[in-house]
Amino acid sequence: MNSTILRLIIGRLGIGVLTLLIVSLVVFVLTSLLPGDAAQEQLGQEATPEAVAALRAKLGLDLPVYLRYLSWLGGLVTGNPGVSLANGMPVDDLIASRLPNSLKLAAATALIAVPLALSLGILSAMYRGSIFDRYTNMLAVFLVSVPEFLIATIAVLIFAVKLGWLSALSRSVEVDSFLQLLSVYAMPVLTLCCVLVAQMARMTRAAVIDQLSSPYVEMAVLKGARPMRVVLRHALPNAIGPISNAVALSLSYLLGGVVIVETIFNYPGIATLMVNAVVTRDMPLVQACVMLFSLGFLVLVLVADIIAILSNPRLRT
Amino acid sequence: MNDIVKVAGLRVAARNDAGVDVPIVHGADFTLKKGEVLALIGESGSGKTTIALALMGYARAGCRIVGGSVRIGDVEVLEQSDASLAKLRGRTVAYIAQSAAAAFNPAKTIMEQVIESALIHGVMSRRAAQAKAVELFRALALPDPDNIGARYPHQVSGGQLQRLMAAMALITDPALVILDEPTTALDVTTQIEVLRAFKKVVRDLDTTAVYVSHDLAVVAQMADRIVVLRNGEIQENSRTEQILVEPEHPYTCSLLAAMKPTVSQGAPGRREDQAKEALLLDVRGLDICYGSKRVVQDIDLQVRRGATVGIIGESGSGKTTVARAIAGLVAPSAGQVLLDGQPLSGTLAGRTREQFRRVQYVFQNADTALNPQHTIEEILARPLRFYHGMRSAQRRRRVAELMELVQLPASLATRRPSELSGGQKQRINLARALAAEPDLILCDEVTSALDTVVGAAILELMAELRRELNVSYLFISHDIRTVRSICDEVVVMYAGAKVEQGNRSTFQAPPYHPYTHLLIDSVPEMHQGWLEETRAGRGTLPQIAAPSESMPLCPFLARCPVRIEGKCNKVAPPRVWLEKGSEILCHHTDSDLRHFDELVPAMVVSG
Amino acid sequence: MTPNVHRQSANLSTSGPRAGAVVGVAHDEKPQGGVRRRAKRPVSGALGVLIVGFWLLMALAGPWLAPHGANALVGFEVFGPISLEYPLGTDFLGRDILSRLLHGAPYTIGVALAATVLACLFGVVLGLVAAASGGWLDAVISRTQDALIAIPNKIFALIMVAAFGSSVPLLLVMAAFAYMPGSYRIARAVAVNVMTMDFVQVARARGEALPYIMFVEVLPNMLRPVLTDFGLRFVYVVLLLSAMSFLGLGVQPPEADWGSLVRENIQGLGDGAPAVLAPAIAIATLTVGVNLIIDSFGARAKREMES
Repeated sequence: MNSTILRLIIGRLGIGVLTLLIVSLVVFVLTSLLPGDAAQEQLGQEATPEAVAALRAKLGLDLPVYLRYLSWLGGLVTGNPGVSLANGMPVDDLIASRLPNSLKLAAATALIAVPLALSLGILSAMYRGSIFDRYTNMLAVFLVSVPEFLIATIAVLIFAVKLGWLSALSRSVEVDSFLQLLSVYAMPVLTLCCVLVAQMARMTRAAVIDQLSSPYVEMAVLKGARPMRVVLRHALPNAIGPISNAVALSLSYLLGGVVIVETIFNYPGIATLMVNAVVTRDMPLVQACVMLFSLGFLVLVLVADIIAILSNPRLRT
Repeated sequence: MNDIVKVAGLRVAARNDAGVDVPIVHGADFTLKKGEVLALIGESGSGKTTIALALMGYARAGCRIVGGSVRIGDVEVLEQSDASLAKLRGRTVAYIAQSAAAAFNPAKTIMEQVIESALIHGVMSRRAAQAKAVELFRALALPDPDNIGARYPHQVSGGQLQRLMAAMALITDPALVILDEPTTALDVTTQIEVLRAFKKVVRDLDTTAVYVSHDLAVVAQMADRIVVLRNGEIQENSRTEQILVEPEHPYTCSLLAAMKPTVSQGAPGRREDQAKEALLLDVRGLDICYGSKRVVQDIDLQVRRGATVGIIGESGSGKTTVARAIAGLVAPSAGQVLLDGQPLSGTLAGRTREQFRRVQYVFQNADTALNPQHTIEEILARPLRFYHGMRSAQRRRRVAELMELVQLPASLATRRPSELSGGQKQRINLARALAAEPDLILCDEVTSALDTVVGAAILELMAELRRELNVSYLFISHDIRTVRSICDEVVVMYAGAKVEQGNRSTFQAPPYHPYTHLLIDSVPEMHQGWLEETRAGRGTLPQIAAPSESMPLCPFLARCPVRIEGKCNKVAPPRVWLEKGSEILCHHTDSDLRHFDELVPAMVVSG
Repeated sequence: MTPNVHRQSANLSTSGPRAGAVVGVAHDEKPQGGVRRRAKRPVSGALGVLIVGFWLLMALAGPWLAPHGANALVGFEVFGPISLEYPLGTDFLGRDILSRLLHGAPYTIGVALAATVLACLFGVVLGLVAAASGGWLDAVISRTQDALIAIPNKIFALIMVAAFGSSVPLLLVMAAFAYMPGSYRIARAVAVNVMTMDFVQVARARGEALPYIMFVEVLPNMLRPVLTDFGLRFVYVVLLLSAMSFLGLGVQPPEADWGSLVRENIQGLGDGAPAVLAPAIAIATLTVGVNLIIDSFGARAKREMES
């Protein structure tokens, strides 16, 4: 690894940290613009002013805004994002109990979606204009246009209600057998995959096709290379950057997609935790969840950027 | 049966915007004997590249081969299946593309790409192919032939890439090689090296080749026969010496004529008047840096009213940057630009509208210099309103006048740029500058994107406008022939520095600065054997010790054939006045340079 | 230029060129736009226009065309089937689904359209300003937009609802904010490309002011990508707002958009009641319709190749 690459990567890292800081500022400002007062809200209208004041002091609400921001940010960084207003439990414990479930779901989805989408995208780019390409494209357009709750409900209708193969709700995530594993994960993963695969395959196809129109591909054809070789040996190595970007952007869709899917299937993940926090206006929990999701997004983008930098032959010496 | 290639009745069509097929090659017939080099020559749109690609059974997107026959050896190319075409390409027929920089895959090493066709077609083992590639690199006079293959395309120069591409084509010993404008994208001083390398391998390997070009002088060096094309039809097919000496077809004559620009200059005796004319533009000590890189250094330049001053240099010499600094588009880091004695601000924000009006910039590429979303009328009317505050009726009249001035029908005013030809667009580009009624027009390579005949007409028009309007031009070009023929004064730039300046007459005969010498000697001349006669780029450079790093030295040091040990690599060169009135940046004296050829160390005749 | 090279060769093999048959089929992509194209709009594009046109009309006229009030309890049967009287059946309280759908159209389409217009307007203007001015202003705008993009849209929607409660104006502002950064990114990228064109340099060298350059020289050359992006963004906004309503965090009862209709009738799913399928299908037709238009808009050349 040479110094240019290192400098570029450190630069990207710096931008990521800066962006995360701005995100924290945005989140804090939004949640502090609240017309209500958390202390008042928690104690109800009948509380005495003294009791409210005491709670305000305890929650640190009497401090100036910038100090509150700094102490909140400090808490986030040191792994102490506060206490849930709803049940008084530490936010980090709540998140820790749910996060692994969501990560498992995301991992299962990515494991299926990424290879599938990449092969579909590359194949349809290779056979551009063929029947295969046209039908894949049509299906992809349809899948990205349809709300994921519709896909989820159709899946429930078919597999749980009509066929009775799978249970509609993932009540337990304790998995003892393969069948149980399937019954817990099948429908959430299927739903997430639909949109994910469609998006990723379209973007991959576009990235490969972009390379196929370059003069060096014409040169490869004129050297007698067959279509398979042209795509795999010539176009793909140059499409790694754009493709990794496409994968990262599509995977970042997961961060939002789980909100719907976890809710519908009542999956005990981080997104259901957050939706419940929104309903109960449990701000410390909401804030922490938002930061977590943003962190996930930034990590994805960062990884894609680094792959793009490493795959750029101009940066190799 | 001596003919290795036999093309009969070849027809190619392109689909236009309305979805209708329009023929672009109308029945081409020609044959090619073994070991012969055939040139396809014509202007853009003549179908030369289309025909060359059809020899491989290939048509670019939007085009299709409609009929005819292409036989290579015993194979009818146009009847081959997909798979057998792939077997033919790169094996029987190989291709060398115009822009090697784009045709090399940036993600793979050069060696991998050079030997790829040998491996695809199973001609030889990887090891044998690599050995053969190194042999070819050596034959093509590439530096460090043993290791250059391990590099990536972006790590070698354009001229080297073009030669590497020749190695890529020749690795399978194809029966036919197609060279598609292989030197068009190169500077002349690089072109000559590449041409020499090509000619040597073509001769040594007895290669049969089709050479596609728009440049008759280049073709004269390479080809045995020339096919002249126009609008997809063959005008003439004769031996090279006949085309050059007694062309039969009137179109060939006009092509030959356009190659020798004879633009009529101002009225005779005008030059003495000019000396008295007021100084219009005065550039003093101009320095421009991009970051820490100094791209233009210490440029002095004067333009008198009504005069044409040329700046010549190869790509990257900083000539365009100077013009952009004069226009205010690039801020100089040192130096001054004076217009009529008044300093112009280095930035756009510091200039008045009147100053903007007096200096107009005409860009090289009219395709991108005209907003595709605006009509011609809108394009021409904007400066009228902006500088002269004209009302709509007045503007319309003036637009019609301007169109007439650049010899275009007024009916084009409602069109958009995409509906105009290249020459028409360049005229509009010029008319827009004239609309401001400027004192100085900066012309940045205004003819280099155009065909020779069209470009010659634009130059003619510019000379006429200059007589009528007494406007001054700063004419930026890479083509010494054009500059010498239309400019009163010429500035030669190399690597950001002015290496020579003189009036037109001083560029007719030596002494010159060594770079100017190389430049002038590198321009192909329209007779066979020039490539063997010219001394440009021949021989080895004198050995010198590593130059001292702390000192600013001669910009041409690395390529100079007459550099002096202990002087050029130690001390910055002085500005020297030659007797004939030109100024150069060199350690050599006037009398040294008069005997330039004797200074150059013994030639190592290549091949 | 070359992506369809294999197709050309394939055709070459199947049909002899002597017969004058097609050897290479390809789309016409001249480097310079060429004479204005005679638009050959493919069927799918026309279908898209038809569907979207219909729904836009319904967003305007739907509430007047509806046979019943949005909340009128008309039938006694809950989750009634399709009938002459109730063409799309009845819902979980016995209300006419067709009427509820038509009353919901302004919410689903109108709010989404307004939010998309706002998002694209701000996105494009900010993108133009950033591209044209460059320097620190560009850096500040870009970093801020990057930060907004780093909060996934649905998460952003959730935090806005958590902070301010759900209401139609909030949903509108929220969706506009959530999708502005994406529009900004595309607009800026396109504008930066156009800014490097020589005609912009010509305008600068002429002494033109920044607003003229931005709006007269650059903007007209951005329309095509910006319009395509507008369509896509509209689809996303519709999906986001429907999802929020589906979670019960969007349009609040008694008002209902299509997402809320799906949510409130979800119990009817087991029986395949039209009450839950109809609004879901309505959303899908709208978004698929917009996508069909975009597809034919952007890829007409490709389609010509395939014809």
